[in-house]
Amino acid sequence: MNVALRDPRIDRPAQTHLGFIDCDVHPFFRTPADFDPFLSQRWREHRQSIGNRSRQGLARTSLYPRMSPGNGMRGDSWPKAGGPPGSDLGLMREQLLDLFDVRYGLLAPLVGGAAAERNVEFGAAMAVAVNEWQCAAFCDPEPRLKASVQITLEHEASALAEIERRAGDARFAQVNIPPRGLEPLGRHRYRRILAACAANGFPISLHLGGTSGHASTGGGWPSFYHEEHPSYVQSMQTLVTSLVCEGVLDEIPDLKVVMVEGGFAWLPALAWRLDKHWKRLKAEVPGLKRAPSEIIREHFWVTTQPMEEPERPEDMLRTIEWIGPERVMFSTDYPHWDQDDPRYAFKVPLPDDWARLVYRENAQALYRLD
Amino acid sequence: MIPAGAIDCDIHPAVPSVRDLLPHLEPYWREHVLRRGLERDNFETSAYPPAAPINARPDWKPPAGPPGGSLPAMQAHLLDPVRPAFAICNVIHGAQMIFSEDLSLALCRGINNWLAAEWLDRDDRLRASIVVPPHSPELAAEEIERLAGDRRFVQVLLLAMAEIPLGRRLMWPLYRAAERHGLPIGIHAGSTYRHPLSAGGWGSTYLEDYVSFAQGHAAALNSLLAEGVFQKFPDLRVVLIESGVTWLPASMWRFNKTWRGVRAEIPWLNRLPADIVRERVRLTAQPFDAPPDAASLTTILEQLGSESMLLFATDYPHWHYEGEAALPAGLPPDLVRKITLDNPLATYPRLQQETAR
Amino acid sequence: MAKHVVATVAEIPPGGRKIVTVRGREIGVFNVDGAFHALINRCPHQGAALCTGAIVSRLEAPVPGEYRLTRPGTMIRCPWHCWEFDIATGQSWCEPDDVKARTYNVSVEPGEALARGPFTAETVPVSVEQDYVVVEV
Repeated sequence: MNVALRDPRIDRPAQTHLGFIDCDVHPFFRTPADFDPFLSQRWREHRQSIGNRSRQGLARTSLYPRMSPGNGMRGDSWPKAGGPPGSDLGLMREQLLDLFDVRYGLLAPLVGGAAAERNVEFGAAMAVAVNEWQCAAFCDPEPRLKASVQITLEHEASALAEIERRAGDARFAQVNIPPRGLEPLGRHRYRRILAACAANGFPISLHLGGTSGHASTGGGWPSFYHEEHPSYVQSMQTLVTSLVCEGVLDEIPDLKVVMVEGGFAWLPALAWRLDKHWKRLKAEVPGLKRAPSEIIREHFWVTTQPMEEPERPEDMLRTIEWIGPERVMFSTDYPHWDQDDPRYAFKVPLPDDWARLVYRENAQALYRLD
Repeated sequence: MIPAGAIDCDIHPAVPSVRDLLPHLEPYWREHVLRRGLERDNFETSAYPPAAPINARPDWKPPAGPPGGSLPAMQAHLLDPVRPAFAICNVIHGAQMIFSEDLSLALCRGINNWLAAEWLDRDDRLRASIVVPPHSPELAAEEIERLAGDRRFVQVLLLAMAEIPLGRRLMWPLYRAAERHGLPIGIHAGSTYRHPLSAGGWGSTYLEDYVSFAQGHAAALNSLLAEGVFQKFPDLRVVLIESGVTWLPASMWRFNKTWRGVRAEIPWLNRLPADIVRERVRLTAQPFDAPPDAASLTTILEQLGSESMLLFATDYPHWHYEGEAALPAGLPPDLVRKITLDNPLATYPRLQQETAR
Repeated sequence: MAKHVVATVAEIPPGGRKIVTVRGREIGVFNVDGAFHALINRCPHQGAALCTGAIVSRLEAPVPGEYRLTRPGTMIRCPWHCWEFDIATGQSWCEPDDVKARTYNVSVEPGEALARGPFTAETVPVSVEQDYVVVEV
C-alpha cells in the first residue's frame, strides 16, 4: 500500500494561535558569570576554577554536537548586541512573546548544570542561583515568564529545601526534574522529592536531555546525534514506565507530570503495551492497582514540540485523541533549532475546542495561571 | 484460528541445563565446563526468567523441566495441533551474555549443535536461528560460516540490546557473513544487560524491563539506519522479533523528522528512513500491543504502511494470547495469509529450498 | 506576472545574496558562481526565513565513512530545522520531488534596456551604465 504524501500547507496557517501559553522557553545567560551575584564567594571561586562536572567526558558541551551553532540554536536568534540566543529578553519579546501575543511562557533553564552536577553541594548552590537568576533576569522584568524550580535530584535534603523555599511564590510554576537520573524516577530514593512537589502544588516537568552517566540507549552509546535525539524519547518512556509500575501516582495522587520536548506520538503505544503486559505480570506489582493507561491519562501531560510529523497529516488527530486533547500543551522550544512556529507547527487544522485546550486552557488549568 | 500451514517465526526451545550441551561441545570445552562446574547451571537470563507468567503459558508447561525444554511437549502443545509448515527456533540463552569471548562462542556453538541434533534432526518442521556471541563479531562470523551450509539454519540471532548499538561498524563482520549467506538478522527482544535499559537507569521490576524491551528495538533500528548498515549491506534483511509492533509508526515518523534536519551528519543515509524500514525490516507479530478498539487497530496497520512487514509467530511458550487467538481479531483474510505465509516465505528464502545438510 | 528590478549586479557578488520584497513577498536573490537565482524567503516546512540561512555545499557519502563535499555554495540551509534546498531549483535535498521552495525566474538586464521599459523598478533606481538583476513575480 502506498503511504500518502506530505502536504506542508505552509500558505494556510492551521489555526489562530495568538494568546497562547508557551510551555517551553529557554532562557540563557550572557556569560556564566551572570550567576555569580547569586553565589557565595566559595562557590563563585569553585565555578571559576573547577566548574561544572557531570557524568560525561566533555565538561561544557555535548558529546553529540548539535547541527547548529550555539549547541543547537535557531540561526536567526543570535542577539545583535552579543550573547547567546535566549539571553536577550528584548529579542525574546520580539521573536516570541510580543510577536505572538504570548500569554505566558514557561521557562526551562538548561543552564547552570545543577541537576547533573557530581559535587552535590555545588549543584545545590547552582540550583538556588539559577532560580534567583530566572527571577531577576526574566520573570521580574517580564511577568509573562514563569520560572521552573531547579533542584538537585540526587541530593534530597537540598532538593526538599529548595522546593519549600519556592512554594507559594507565584513566579515559579513547576519543578524541573531531569528525566535521566541515576535511577528511574519511580524508585524509592526520589519519593520524598516527588511528594514534596505535589504537596506544594508544583507539577513536575521533565525536560528532555540530561546526563546520568548511563548510556543513552539500553544497547550502548550511539555514534550520532541523529540517534541521540530520539534516544531522549526512551528516557521519557522509562520515566513513565517507572512511575506507573512503582505505583507512585496512586501513592501521590496530586502528582502531575509534564514531559517536555519529548515528542508524544510514542505515548499511546506505550500505554497499550503497559496495559497488555501488566495483565500478565500483575502479581509482581501489587502497588499498581489500575490499568496503566488510566493512570497515564490522569497524571501525564505532553508538550507539542518537537511536533510529530505523521506521514499522513490527519493521523495527528488520532494521536491526540489517543492521548487525550486535555493532556497536550503547545510549546515552541524557543530558541532551539527545532523549535516550532505556532502558525505552522500543526499540519492539520485542529477542531476549535481542541485548539483552545492545546494552545491555552490545558496549561492554564495545570499551572493555575490567570 | 491459526491456519494450518502457517509459518511460525518465533518459538523458544529451552536448554534445560548446560549439562545437555556437554555432548555438543568440543572436548576442550567439555572438560573446561566440567572443571568449573558450569554444567550444573542453566544460564537463565535476566531477560527471560523461565517461570515468569509472561514466559510460561500455563497449558504450555511440560511435565518436567523449563517451558520449551521438551520436544515431545512442544509437539503436543503446538506443532501437532497448530500444524505450522515451519517453526523457527530462537534460543535465548546466557551464553550470549558471557564476558569471555571464547567461552561465549564455545557455548553458542554447543547450543547450535544441540539444536541441530535434538530438535532439527527430530522434527522436519523445525528451523532455527544461529546463536552467536553478539560481543565478538569476528567470532560470530566464524560461527555463521560454520553453519551456513546447513540450510535448516535460516537466520542469525541477536538480542536488541548488547554492549554497543547494533549498527556500529565493529559489528559489520557479522553482517557481512550473514549477507553473504542470505541469512536475515533476527533481533530479538531483550538485553545482555551491559547497560541499564535506558539512560534513566536500572528499574525495579521485570514488568518494567519487559515493557522497555520495545525501546531496545527502536534504538537498534535507528542505529542500523544511522550507521548505514542498509547501504553497506544492500541484501541484508532484518527481523525485529517479539517487539510489540505498535511502537514502530511513531518511531518511523521520528526517524524521518530527525533525518530531514540532521541528514548531513550521516550523508550515506540518502533516503527517507521509513522507506528503508518498509523495504528491509520485518516484525514478528507476537506480542501485538494492540489498541483497545478495532478502528484504532486499523489506523495502526495503515500507519505501518506495508502489508509485507508482519510475520506470524506464536512465541511459544511465552504467554501473549489465549487459545488460538494468536493474531488481533478482525484482520482481513488476505492479510492473514500474507502474515502467516507469504511474508515469512519472502523473508526466509531458505524455507523454500531443499534442506541439504 | 511582472518583471521587477531588485538589485544591481554589483550588489550581489558570487556567493552573495540580497533579500528583497516584491509584491508583498520576501524573496532571496542569490549569485551562485555568477548565475542568479531567486527563492521565496519562506521555508515550506514552518515558514522560517529560509534565505537568511547558511549557504552550504552538498555533503554526500556513497558509503558510510566516505565523505564528499560537492557543489560548494549551491545549497541553502534553513536557519531553523536545517532542511537543505538547492538554490537553483528550490528542491529539498531530502525529498526533491515533493518538497520544494518556490523559485522565481531571474535575468540580468542592462540598464539601457531597462530604461526603455516596460519593467517595473520599485526600489532600485536604474542607470544606463549598470546591469541589473530582474526577478519575475
